[in-house]
Amino acid sequence: MATVSLQLRDIHKAFGAFQALDGVSLDVSAGELVCLLGPSGCGKTTLLRCIAGLERQDGGKIFFGDRDVSTLPPQARDYGILFQSYALFPNLTVAQNIGYGLAGNSRETIRARVAEMLELVGLKGSEQKYPGQLSGGQQQRVALARALAPAPKLLLLDEPMSALDARVREHLCGELRRLQKSLGITTVMVTHNQDEAMLMADRIAVINHGRVEQYATPQEIYRAPATPFVAEFVGQGNWLPYERDGEHARVGALNLRLHGVRPAERGRLFCRPEAVVINPSMHEDNLFSAQMREITYLGNRCRLSFELDALPGHTLLAELAPEAMPRLAAPDIWVALPPRSLQVFV
Amino acid sequence: MEQVLLGKPRAGARRMPADLADRLFIHGGQWLLLVLLILAVLLPLLAMLWRGFASEPGQGGGLTAAAELFGSANFRWLLGNSLTVSLTVAAIVVPLAYAFAYALQRTCVPAKGLWRGISLLPLLAPSILPGIALIYLFGNQGVLRHLLTDNIYGFWGIVIGEAIYTFPHALMVLVSALALADARLFDAASSMGASPWRAFRSITWPGSRQGVFAAFCLVFTLCITDFGVPVVVGGDYQVLALEAYKAVVGQQQFGRGALIGMVLLLPALFSFAVDLWLRRRQREAMSGRAQVYHPHPSRRRDLAFLVVVLLTCAALLGVFGMAVYSSLVKFWPYDLSLSLHHYAFAELPGGWQVYRNSLLLAGCTAVFGSLLTFTGAYLLEKTRQSPLTQALRLLSFVPMAVPGLVLGLGYVFFFNLPGNPLHGLYGSLTLLVACTIAHFLTTAQLTASAALRQLDGEFEAAALSLKVPLLRHFLRVTLPICLPALLDILRYLFVSAMTTVSAVIFLYSPDSLLAAIAVLNMDDAGNVGGAAAMSTLILLTSAAVSLLLAGASRGLLRRAQAWRATAGH
Repeated sequence: MATVSLQLRDIHKAFGAFQALDGVSLDVSAGELVCLLGPSGCGKTTLLRCIAGLERQDGGKIFFGDRDVSTLPPQARDYGILFQSYALFPNLTVAQNIGYGLAGNSRETIRARVAEMLELVGLKGSEQKYPGQLSGGQQQRVALARALAPAPKLLLLDEPMSALDARVREHLCGELRRLQKSLGITTVMVTHNQDEAMLMADRIAVINHGRVEQYATPQEIYRAPATPFVAEFVGQGNWLPYERDGEHARVGALNLRLHGVRPAERGRLFCRPEAVVINPSMHEDNLFSAQMREITYLGNRCRLSFELDALPGHTLLAELAPEAMPRLAAPDIWVALPPRSLQVFV
Repeated sequence: MEQVLLGKPRAGARRMPADLADRLFIHGGQWLLLVLLILAVLLPLLAMLWRGFASEPGQGGGLTAAAELFGSANFRWLLGNSLTVSLTVAAIVVPLAYAFAYALQRTCVPAKGLWRGISLLPLLAPSILPGIALIYLFGNQGVLRHLLTDNIYGFWGIVIGEAIYTFPHALMVLVSALALADARLFDAASSMGASPWRAFRSITWPGSRQGVFAAFCLVFTLCITDFGVPVVVGGDYQVLALEAYKAVVGQQQFGRGALIGMVLLLPALFSFAVDLWLRRRQREAMSGRAQVYHPHPSRRRDLAFLVVVLLTCAALLGVFGMAVYSSLVKFWPYDLSLSLHHYAFAELPGGWQVYRNSLLLAGCTAVFGSLLTFTGAYLLEKTRQSPLTQALRLLSFVPMAVPGLVLGLGYVFFFNLPGNPLHGLYGSLTLLVACTIAHFLTTAQLTASAALRQLDGEFEAAALSLKVPLLRHFLRVTLPICLPALLDILRYLFVSAMTTVSAVIFLYSPDSLLAAIAVLNMDDAGNVGGAAAMSTLILLTSAAVSLLLAGASRGLLRRAQAWRATAGH
């Protein structure tokens, strides 16, 4: 398979006084899809542009396989890139756009390759259209076909879904992922949207302030965030400041049991809303009385905000299936925070 | 689907390494641009400064001569005249142009395209043409002479002539200042019960006052450095620009000319600096989410502005019509029968050769100038920023701040130096082309930059990732998309070269005499009919070329409609 692994070693990049990348190292295996996830300004796009050679890193090395491309210009690397804006050339037809990087081949080869690529992205018959005549999703596929036409070993995606509306987005995420898997092409994708990252990535690198906070599979990122930033950025969460009390954690007037960890002197406990159990049918650990405040219907689930009686003024969230709602007529409820679901951060 | 990647097409065959070609294009182009700008802009200006301060005998330069010149009563009189004329013209033209621009942009006056076309007429002819028309209208033998107590020669002649000459310049600045309006602000104002006058004071005026200032400075600078109008209708009322012209052309007093040139450079530099400062402060006045303002009809307002527009256009048409008419009259005012005998140009040494020279100059200036400025703008806008691009940016801004008169003087001093290896160019059409391009460089380049900035910033990155050489990308994608802007630049340069007098008047030789200069010379020699005929010829040529290019642009747009209609994203 004509694909390649990617290694980043201690990449640094500063714009004036602003440190955009502060020692980023990543290994992307051949055929893997990795998402660079983070808030805007975290350096993820800069990192992608360094891989592409569109920015030159101040320090650090970049390897495509065992080839050191750190100082090579973009043309000498071997990758295809899909930009946020797609950057389709408006004055060229779809066929001319896709064939743009194929100069030097015979006319017949180009024609055949363009047809092959259009078939691949499911836009057969659109050869003579102009980008302006296509929908956003179709434009994205043309841009993808153009990036893949010269058969690069690496595919870079810069916020590919941000110009699309939500409905199209989810569909195209799945389609892009299927295509990537069938081609087996190593892919790095930048996004600020955690849903996209969860949906598509083999592994996610969560980036903040130019550093990799965590590099793991989507499941690990969600279940066991490595840092408070990751916990906060990916999904919703409850935070409870605590002080150590023997093996337990004391939160206000409450004593919470933890699972298999001896906590630091003081810090914060973290718990996902869906891990909170409301009115359990049998006894659970860390069961407290609480007052329900508000219920928000989100369609497939409900979000509930409440305050523990022993911790007034501190609103917490729980999420549960709508079927569970009828049991919650009264504002007085019982809430369990299972020890396994409590994660400790300093 | 896996076999897709097996039939791998060749990428980057039969070319030299794309990287090398790109570097040659970018860096070679940038360095070439730098050399050209230094030769055509920087060195001539430095030569002028040096001339002004060097005290060679008989040249009227040097510090002693400067002290003497600036201390003399004559100089103070000239300076006072120049300032009075320029301030008066600006005070008349700017409010009028504001009202005109307001009518075009913020009211529902009918036939806006027509009024706009008429208002731009003065751009198509040399600045001397209004002066000539004024002589036929209000001169000693003018048709409307009886309306005035005194003849037109003098202060008011210059003011009216300059007002006509500078009107379209001020109008263009103000039209674009009034072009941007956020409809949401006006909706908010009217929902809060603000009167139209209040809305104007609190929304329109703050948004456009920088344009008013810029227009004021532009008119002032154009006036104070122009000598075309004063030479024709000035009479005994002398101004500084004319004095510089006479010092160099008449008396060979290069040093004296340079000193006056430096004085004339001051207001231009001052207004340029202030304008830049204001512009920096007033950035982001329009947010990206603004909604375009479309005026609602209002009978009283529209009627009032229609009157302003009609009167202005009538005056312009009257003046230009008079110039054309007078060029056709056999012998003013004794034989008013029509004939084309003024168009024989029998008194000119070369006859029609002068007109052909002008066509050649305008054509070369337009073609080479537009290619140079557009490519230059591309190399500045779409490449990595470096000290070199910063230097180029700065240098290409200089011509905007330098009046043509000053640039022309600089060329005389620099290319006329005996030791200069480029001395051979002096007097040739080649140098005239170079000077004209340099003179009008900034506006052309700004137009190109504005067009280029509208293109997706990732186009070049996409081309790089596809291993397409930048030059090929430039020719295949950038140029075709920007063709309308390129035609705009072509038109601007052609018309400017056709009508310019100020810089080239110091540089021509008998072989390279130009039509616009011939107008001045014929008028000077008392052949006003011939001058009117040549002006008319220039006017018609400029108008024809403008219409032709506008038509070509429209045709191109229509042909490319398939992709242009939605090329925004």
